[in-house]
Amino acid sequence: MPPGGIVTTMPTIRVQTEDFDVGAEMTALRAGNAKIGGIAAFVGLVRDVNDGAGVSTLTLEHYPAMTQKALVEIVDQARVRWEVIDATVIHRIGQLSPTDQIVLVLVASGHRGDSFQACEYIMDFLKTRAPFWKKESTVDGDHWVSAKKSDDTATSRWQTEQN
Amino acid sequence: MLNVLYFASLREAFGKPSEHISSPLPTNVEALILLLRARGGVWSESLGADKRWRVAVNQEMASMETALNAGDEIAIFPPVTGG
Repeated sequence: MPPGGIVTTMPTIRVQTEDFDVGAEMTALRAGNAKIGGIAAFVGLVRDVNDGAGVSTLTLEHYPAMTQKALVEIVDQARVRWEVIDATVIHRIGQLSPTDQIVLVLVASGHRGDSFQACEYIMDFLKTRAPFWKKESTVDGDHWVSAKKSDDTATSRWQTEQN
Repeated sequence: MLNVLYFASLREAFGKPSEHISSPLPTNVEALILLLRARGGVWSESLGADKRWRVAVNQEMASMETALNAGDEIAIFPPVTGG
């Protein structure tokens, strides 16, 4: 039972090639639940410039057997720390282009502090623990995107910080 | 027998997405990595101590000390870059 004894539901976690509709996902997340006082949202987009070269497409690979498990675990960890009523995590795979939506994290809670922090926590861990890999196709050829040190730093601050 | 999977840049470097490793059966992750490195070429190069790579055992992040048993699924991959 999470702190405060609030009733929670199973998060929605999906990995898909097709795009998602943020409004429709928010509507589905809060449908009929009057305990929800707010929803924090993060939408990740494909940028057109990464490491200096123009990106024409981005291809996302993942480890299907592990992805779902890793994402469920990350959301569960967030629920240990904050009062999360429900959450949605959607990550796209396959070929994407600049301006495309790539990832969605929605966190519903009674009060905004829990949603804001849990949403950031889920994104930080998704970036360093969920088995996805990006390959960029640029005018200079294809290359795998390198992991960023700043992402590890963002994750580790949650392990030292007391909230 | 172990089912060993490779992803992203490692899959491309090794030229295969997976393989079965049976005898001798490595007892932990470190023993498996040493066995792969001993193949030389791209194997010793890509899995060198100076390179960044990760290992998952049965879909959970693992360390060099994680024990291996017959039937386990081991995945070796570069640091993740999703989101």
